[in-house]
Amino acid sequence: MLTLAHFLTLGAILFSLSVAGIFLNRKNVIILLMCIELMLLSVNMNFVAFSRFLGNLDGQVFVFFILTVAAAEAAIGLAILVVLFRNRDTINVSELDDLKG
Amino acid sequence: MDIPIPQTVFYLFSFIMVAAAIMVITVRNPVYAALFLVLTFFSAAAIWLLLEAEFLAIVLVVVYVGAVMVLFLFVVMMLDINLAPLKEGFVSYLPVGIAVALLMAAEMLVVVWTRDRFGPEIYPVPAAAEAGTSNTAALGELLYTNFLLPFEIAGVILLVAIVSAVTLTLRKRSGVRSQSPSHQVRVKRDERVRLVDIASESPDGRSD
Repeated sequence: MLTLAHFLTLGAILFSLSVAGIFLNRKNVIILLMCIELMLLSVNMNFVAFSRFLGNLDGQVFVFFILTVAAAEAAIGLAILVVLFRNRDTINVSELDDLKG
Repeated sequence: MDIPIPQTVFYLFSFIMVAAAIMVITVRNPVYAALFLVLTFFSAAAIWLLLEAEFLAIVLVVVYVGAVMVLFLFVVMMLDINLAPLKEGFVSYLPVGIAVALLMAAEMLVVVWTRDRFGPEIYPVPAAAEAGTSNTAALGELLYTNFLLPFEIAGVILLVAIVSAVTLTLRKRSGVRSQSPSHQVRVKRDERVRLVDIASESPDGRSD
C-alpha cells in the first residue's frame, strides 16, 4: 500500500540529492541551475502528494504557480548566463569574483 | 501471485528518478546532465499520474521537457565551455556533499517515518477517482475562480521574463549589413533618381 510517507520520502531523497549536487558542482553555473530545478521538482512532488491525500486541489494549483515561476527563473537565469559567457568567456563560479565578496 | 500495479509503478519510476538525479549531479558533460534531467522529469510525471494529477503531469512533460530543458540544451550547446576547470574540486567536495545530503535525508526521513505522522491512519489512502471526473476541469474551475488574481499575476511574471530575457541577450553589433524597412519606406524619388541629358549618338560616331 502506498501511503503519503512513501511520496514524502521520495521528495526528501530528491531534495537531498539536489543539495549534494550544489555542493559537488559549485564551479559550474549550468549544473547549479539544474540542481535548483531538481529542488523545485521535489517540492512539487510533496505538494502533489499532499493534494491527493488531503483531497484538496489547492496543492496542485500551487504546483502550477511554482512551475510558472520556475520557467521564468530558468529563462532569465540562462539569459544572464549567456551574457556572462559573452563578457567573460567563462562560467566558472570561482573566477566571478569582481565584487570581492 | 498477483503483482500490485501501483506499487510496482511507484518503485520502478522512483528508482529511475533517483538514479537519473544521481547522474545529473555527477556526470562530467552538461549535455548529458540536461538529458538525465529530462529523464528525471519524465519519471516524476509518471509518479504524478499515479497521484491522479494528470494535468500537472502533462504540463510537466510539455513545459519542462518540451521548453525549459530544450532551452537548457540550447544554451549548453551554444556556449563553448572548457569543461576541465569546471570539474576541479569535485573529489574534494565529495565527502562534504555526501555528508550534508545524508544528514538532510536522515533528518527528513526521521520526521516522515517516526510516530506514524504520515501513516495510513492519519492520512488514509483515498479511493481512486470515479471514471468521468476530470482533473483538468476541476483545476481550471479553481484557477478561474478562487485563484484568478494569482493566475493573472503569473501571466505578468511570464511577460516580465520574456521582456527581460530578450533585453538581456539583445546586442547591437557594428559592421553588420541589415535592412532598415522604415528608411526604405521613407525614400523619395528625388534621392534615388537623377535624370541626365545625354546627346544621342549615331553608329558612325558622329554626333547629331
